[in-house]
Amino acid sequence: MSLSSRHLIGLFGVPKDDIQNILDTAVTFREVLERPIKRVPTLQGKTIVNLFFESSTRTRISFELAQKRLSADVINFSASTSSTKKGETFKDTVRNIEAMKVDMIVVRHESSGVPQFLTRISKANIINAGDGRHEHPTQGLLDMFSIREKLGKLDGLKVCIIGDIAHSRVALSNIYGLKTMGAQVSLCGPPTMIPRGIEMLGVKIYHDINKAIAENDVLNILRIQLERDAGTTIPSLREYHNYFGVTSERLEKYNPNILILHPGPINRGVEISSEVADGPYQIILDQVTNGVAVRMAVLYLLGTMN
Amino acid sequence: MKTAFINTIILDPVSGIENKSSLLVENGVISKVGELTKDDLKDAKVYNLEGIYCVPGLMDMHVHLREPGREDEETIKTGCNSAAAGGFTSVLAMPDTKPIADNAEVLGFIRHKAQDHLVDVHLAGAVSFERKGTALAPLAELHEAGAVAFTDDEKAVKTASLLKNALEYAIMFDLPVIEHCEEESLGGGVANEGFLSTLLGLPPNPSVAEELIIVRDILISDYVGGKVHFSNISTKRAVEIIRSAKEKGSKITADTSPHYFSLTEEALKSYDTNLRVNPPLRSEEDLNAVIEGLRDGTIDCITSDHSPHAIEEKEMEFIYAPDGIVGLETELALTLTELVHKRKIPLSKIITLFAVNPRKILNLPVPQIKVGEKAELTLIDISQIWTVNIKDFKSKCKNSPFDKKLLTGKSVGVMNNSKLFYGGNYSGL
Ligand SMILES: [Zn+2]
Repeated sequence: MSLSSRHLIGLFGVPKDDIQNILDTAVTFREVLERPIKRVPTLQGKTIVNLFFESSTRTRISFELAQKRLSADVINFSASTSSTKKGETFKDTVRNIEAMKVDMIVVRHESSGVPQFLTRISKANIINAGDGRHEHPTQGLLDMFSIREKLGKLDGLKVCIIGDIAHSRVALSNIYGLKTMGAQVSLCGPPTMIPRGIEMLGVKIYHDINKAIAENDVLNILRIQLERDAGTTIPSLREYHNYFGVTSERLEKYNPNILILHPGPINRGVEISSEVADGPYQIILDQVTNGVAVRMAVLYLLGTMN
Repeated sequence: MKTAFINTIILDPVSGIENKSSLLVENGVISKVGELTKDDLKDAKVYNLEGIYCVPGLMDMHVHLREPGREDEETIKTGCNSAAAGGFTSVLAMPDTKPIADNAEVLGFIRHKAQDHLVDVHLAGAVSFERKGTALAPLAELHEAGAVAFTDDEKAVKTASLLKNALEYAIMFDLPVIEHCEEESLGGGVANEGFLSTLLGLPPNPSVAEELIIVRDILISDYVGGKVHFSNISTKRAVEIIRSAKEKGSKITADTSPHYFSLTEEALKSYDTNLRVNPPLRSEEDLNAVIEGLRDGTIDCITSDHSPHAIEEKEMEFIYAPDGIVGLETELALTLTELVHKRKIPLSKIITLFAVNPRKILNLPVPQIKVGEKAELTLIDISQIWTVNIKDFKSKCKNSPFDKKLLTGKSVGVMNNSKLFYGGNYSGL
């Protein structure tokens, strides 16, 4: 069964069958990753460009590993946009990409809308690896995969995303995907971190973390951007930790059975305490392995469509 | 030299005339209005304007002509050509040139470059030195050099104290300060803050950033007694605030631009950088309030905020692209389409918005269609259906979100300064 779109720009509007298909395919690849020989010839002869305008070692390595496991030819293109040459790099790069005959482009950019723009100028399949504060669909998929792997289902689960929702690209992808799969999604954070109008997506908002912990099955903790948030959206990291930090005391008191996710990298002592990060609730390291499997599934399903 | 416009519909909101008539222009001056005799038509170049309105020349009091400094994007000449093609005989040039028009030399340069054109270029000087928002620009010198308004456009006057001083000082010349309404500490985002900016993941620009400057300026204007003109009004609340302040007698005026009554934030779903304007495109509710503001006189005029940008500057990521669109050549047509045809606002009201109010705000004489007056005219076919093609723009730049849009009504010609632009060509009279 093939997907209904030849690009993965976001999880907005992606049908349930497609998400199911990706998650099920990822299960197969997860098994492949446990084998001694982890390589399959599925995308042999395909050329994939990883176009990273914003540095993200973790996501790029995860994609690159997935591509190599599928035997694709990989080109890495990292272009950090310096403030003086904003825009220039993008346009020149895009012109070059247009001229190259590549099959797939994995793109990450700090401006929302760039992946969508690429679908208009390139014949390749476009995969969004994070655009601005818009979407990060493979992260959303791997979070869902990880939850499903641990709890056996998504339908009917209560999932709370906690942190700086306003600047997050992970939150929207999670909301769209999880809701499509039948989960109830809520958000938790101070109002300065909850973007205007998001309740129109049918998500509950918490400002009390204890309540959020008590009433949910899963807590997906977003990373606090130390440089950006302290002193603006929150008074200080210390205050954030005191009022919104996930600690083992809180978990033990309000919901010892809750499942903890974190897209990483974590700030210990800010959004999550060390005990929780290393403790029994979390599946943070599983998420990393699952990330490769989910990205293999997406690359495979898009790369073998026609 | 004689020019005769026969079978036209003369519409002059100042004198209240609207009737089918003919017009004779001799040496750039209106010499006869009414039925023309054989004698009148002798040696005259005759234009049969059946079904075409002849109105006082339109003015756009907010354009960026880019010269000096960015002649690759627009020159005073190409900007004036764009204005003429759009139906305008007069524009107010914003001072954000390079160098900035914060001194008499720059104004003199622009004035010199603009002479001999059909289109009159009026000048706005900067409020602050280098538009930095710290020290006042030499307002008296700018006034003497011909400035008819002061503005730090693209930014609001930076501080309340600077605005207070500018308004007090400007009382000497009875000139307005024109404001770009955006509180700096809240603004800077690229999409109207709300559900849509959240969905699209675009840095938000809240409506309150616009409204805050309007409230600040009304209070200071009331206190000081100086005149403030708010440009590019885009929110419902802004319209309400201006309406109630005007009722209480504040010396304020306002304009909006066609994109605020013909597009909403929904259009941003395409991430087309040609939709980046400042203030950002707002909601349907805001759009309707802006139209009501135009209808009831809360908003005094329509401007294009004509902002040519080189292709390489607009062809980039949404968050880095500059704000603004090329507006002069679609402005009147969008207004006729959206306001006259769709919203049934009378044409005479629209002509008041374009030809009368901006000149009143800037203390400029309003052209009239009567014998002995200078012939400053715009010819409008209100029912011509046409498709915008950015390749046909006289402006050097093509950054318009209205390419391929079907519009109803357009200017077919303008006359001013003893020159006629008609059928795509200029001719002397
Ligand atoms: Zn402007």
